[in-house]
Amino acid sequence: MSDKVPAAIVGPGNIGTDLLAKLARTSSIEVTAMVGVVESPGLDRARAAGIPASAEGVDWLLAQDPLPRIVFEATSARAHAANAPRYEAAGIRAVDLTPAHLGPMVCPAVNMPDHLDAANVNMITCGGQATIPVVAAVSQVVDVPYAEIVASAASRSAGPGTRANIDEFTQTTARAVEEVGGAARGKAIIILNPVEPPMIMRDTVYCAIPGEVYDDATTTAIAGSIQAMVARVQEYVPGYTLRADPQFDPPRPEWGGRGRVASFLEVRGAGDFLPEYAGNLDIMTAAATRVGELLAAELGAGVAA
Amino acid sequence: MSRPGIRHDVRITDTTLRDGSHAQAHQFTEQQVRDTVRALDRAGVEVIEVTHGDGLGGSSFNYGFSHTDELRLIAAAREEARNARIAVLLVPGIGTVDDLRRAHDAGAEVVRVATHCTEADVSPQHFGVARDLGMETVGFLMMAHRTSPEDLAKQARIMVDAGCQCPYVTDSAGALLMHEARARFEALVAEVGDEAWVGYHGHQNLSFGVANSVIAAEVGVKEIDGSLCALGAGSGNSPTEVLAAVFDRLGISTGLDVMALLDAAEDVVRPYLHRWPKMDRNAIVQGWAGVYSSFLLHAEHAAERYKVPTHEILRRCGELGLVGGQEDMIIDVALELARAREEG
Repeated sequence: MSDKVPAAIVGPGNIGTDLLAKLARTSSIEVTAMVGVVESPGLDRARAAGIPASAEGVDWLLAQDPLPRIVFEATSARAHAANAPRYEAAGIRAVDLTPAHLGPMVCPAVNMPDHLDAANVNMITCGGQATIPVVAAVSQVVDVPYAEIVASAASRSAGPGTRANIDEFTQTTARAVEEVGGAARGKAIIILNPVEPPMIMRDTVYCAIPGEVYDDATTTAIAGSIQAMVARVQEYVPGYTLRADPQFDPPRPEWGGRGRVASFLEVRGAGDFLPEYAGNLDIMTAAATRVGELLAAELGAGVAA
Repeated sequence: MSRPGIRHDVRITDTTLRDGSHAQAHQFTEQQVRDTVRALDRAGVEVIEVTHGDGLGGSSFNYGFSHTDELRLIAAAREEARNARIAVLLVPGIGTVDDLRRAHDAGAEVVRVATHCTEADVSPQHFGVARDLGMETVGFLMMAHRTSPEDLAKQARIMVDAGCQCPYVTDSAGALLMHEARARFEALVAEVGDEAWVGYHGHQNLSFGVANSVIAAEVGVKEIDGSLCALGAGSGNSPTEVLAAVFDRLGISTGLDVMALLDAAEDVVRPYLHRWPKMDRNAIVQGWAGVYSSFLLHAEHAAERYKVPTHEILRRCGELGLVGGQEDMIIDVALELARAREEG
């Protein structure tokens, strides 16, 4: 028996398959099950990789012995809402990649240490994972009265779920910019671009800077904080980069007398199962993997059971 | 689902107070809106669009903050309009159904839901809510030059099936040549013409806004957009007062009073123009390279900030295939060009 923490992936689609590749590279997690509700290529891919896989759903998963200690859910908000109480009753920690938002919203570079004891954590949104670290980095230096993020993704990387409820993205991400990023008010914008070859995910983060503290010392400190935060995210998303130094604009009347810092990010995926351009999906699986590693450490990986 | 009755051969929707918001850097005042709506209403315009240029919720760092909250402007417009109905623009990904409900409460009766021309499947959520609210629905398929007539018609079908009463060929870049516009009008009329109207929104970047509107009317397009003094993004929209005069000469009824519109353009709008939209180098490049018209002022600002020519920024935006809403990328492009100059 491995001394890694056993984990299951529920939802054997593209996200689940990419997550499997990332979790397989960790030293602290062993994926012991891939679970779906119908036979699918994703289950076949897992079996080919030597992972027990079942189309019998969560009933099958909860009948396993031993049970996984962590479950990564990459199904739908509705499915996760149904499954989550069962995981909790079984004492299994849930990392939720769906928009269900049952547990606290987490971003590993920002607030995961605050939620290591939560039964269920939610991975916010792709745009949130990419941009909230930068908002938090600015918030660490100055009060951020307003932050705005613009996420542009390749059309091919936006699935039917996202498209059917695009408001869910903008509203959830805006809330997370406030609650996790620390801005007093948040706004989120998402753009889908069908250009071929597909564009690599891009994210822009604008943070307002109070006029009374806007000076060279402040902007230097903010730039340093952003650079340090980007390096922290790069630890788990290697393709996460600033396209240019943060751009500072001094206070303007039309900005309510506030200044602004703009950060231009590119998120190139690792190309595990998802294509490189789909950085929006990759950053979700990479962040979930990081959350899993932090949970595994908390649950005592390396300690013989 | 039924489409609204149209009393004349074509119905002109005036977007001075929405697309024109781009050219005014979103600085419309309540008084300007009241005066403009009164003049348009008096001239017989039946639908008047009032919103931030980038639609509900567009007031932002990325697109520019509104001088006056758009909900206040919508309410003021509603108060002034005796016969006209107030329309709002909603771009999913920027605005939400909550914004739409608030706009409806403020007096908006028509919503124009706008997506990039290949992304209509982000709109059903918003059409659904609009229909529940009892609003008239229009669908903007933006940057219509970026896809084929056949595919554009399929996207129009998605919108109509979701509750859209009038999908539009929206030439956001002012890039459609006459034969390209005609092919798109015909494709949409063939696909959805039995159950919905088809509309056209033009820009003057290559000077075809009015000419394409004439073709539109000839092939069965029933709703056509204009702006007084062409006030709109890029080199502006098809001027409402020119459309009225041209259709009058052609014997195509619009219900518009040409003289009243000329007065409105000359006496109401012209005095408050920040700039009279014109076909200068930058705007022509937008039509030529297929660039979203509202990028113009943002590109001018970035050019000044980073010391690179506006038209070079715009050309690069075209090469990259940027779509509406990606105004942030203009700064990114300017930074890239500035770096290339330093290294060059």
